[in-house]
Amino acid sequence: MLPVLQVGPMAVQLPGLLVLLGIWLSSVLIGRHAGRHGIDADVLDRLLLIGLAAGVIGARLGYVLQHAAIYFEDVRAVFSLNLTAFAAFEGAVVGILAALIYAQRKSLPLWPTLDALTPGAALFAVFVNLSQWASGDAFGAPTDLPWAMELWGAPRHPAQLYALAASIVILLIVLWLQARQEFAGQLALSWLALASGARLLLEAFRGDSLVLAGLRQAQLLGLLLLMASLAGLHLLARRQGPIGSSGGSGHGATPN
Amino acid sequence: MRRWIARRPHWPLLMAGVFLLGTGWMVWTTSPEQSAEAGRIASPHPGFAAPDFELETLEGERLRLSDLRGEVVVVNLWATWCPPCRAEMPALQELYEKHREDGLVVVAVNATDRDSAEAARRFVAERGLTFPVGLDPQGEASRLYALQAMPSTFVVDREGVVREVLIGGPVSLGTLRSLVTPLLEEGG
Repeated sequence: MLPVLQVGPMAVQLPGLLVLLGIWLSSVLIGRHAGRHGIDADVLDRLLLIGLAAGVIGARLGYVLQHAAIYFEDVRAVFSLNLTAFAAFEGAVVGILAALIYAQRKSLPLWPTLDALTPGAALFAVFVNLSQWASGDAFGAPTDLPWAMELWGAPRHPAQLYALAASIVILLIVLWLQARQEFAGQLALSWLALASGARLLLEAFRGDSLVLAGLRQAQLLGLLLLMASLAGLHLLARRQGPIGSSGGSGHGATPN
Repeated sequence: MRRWIARRPHWPLLMAGVFLLGTGWMVWTTSPEQSAEAGRIASPHPGFAAPDFELETLEGERLRLSDLRGEVVVVNLWATWCPPCRAEMPALQELYEKHREDGLVVVAVNATDRDSAEAARRFVAERGLTFPVGLDPQGEASRLYALQAMPSTFVVDREGVVREVLIGGPVSLGTLRSLVTPLLEEGG
């Protein structure tokens, strides 16, 4: 755990820095591989920028609206740099909506666009896990295994490191699969299946799970998404013409 | 690969297998009592019991965090030489004045091991701060709260559980109020 990195007189908040670094490197990776999926890298870049900007604004506005009376009295606080004052869910909804509207206007094809975004998502997950390791969030359950790490008053599963290892393996699989992709949507859904499968598996070692009807919520969601993505893979594989044909829109195995 | 994914009944059978395994794992590894475990361990992280400390205030009184159980407590670790700490003090003072009646206490812990009691006293008098200011000459509270950057602010609920951690500042009054208001409404 290293929430603050002391650089001379400056205290750098490492978790936030890692997320920013993740966003930047992910967008670079997406731009590099966009051509493979037949998507214009500039359009994709703008899609990300619009989604991010709308997401940040939406998250702050969502938070402000939940506490409208307070912010009405202290309007300047709406613009405060504090990271706590964000509503994550509202931000995600607004960001995705904005990106969808932009994609619609640019008539981006759904599956190739999602495929093009997938390597970025897989890389970003690595940085999210690094960030959680630095902040001590997403911590593990207490254990007496020999590789337990002391955190928050108990020896615990290094759950962030399990997740980090999984996300690195998943990133490598995604990059490997990208060069061998056979139909649109294959990359995106394979990543979703892998990521939700990993969550289903690794949530078991977490010490901070939300529990719903005796089950860990994240595992339930992981299982649902895993099944949905496996079903989606099957349907897409069958839909896109007879096996052996070119499969549609210029994506596919075109190594460069 | 595509041929394989499209194949029936192989792929649906594989899905059924994954579903059974996944469900089995989920049920096998469930642990409903675990979420309650955190609240008993003292640690400066949301969901854990706030580490207890006893300090002398500027007025020479003993101040123990656990004595404030039943109130919402904002613990602010600060030093006079830290500009963002100085900048957020007026917001903390206003927060205290606004919500004192509702059961809110602000406890400013001066990191006296890297500051001086005299400087703290002067600063508090200058700014007219009325909430209790504890002195921490041994750095005990700093150690318990794993202080890495100043200011660090911990919002503790009426049960003595850490609910929010704000590292760095200055924090605005609006943000502070949005964090404490829901906790103040949790009975009391």
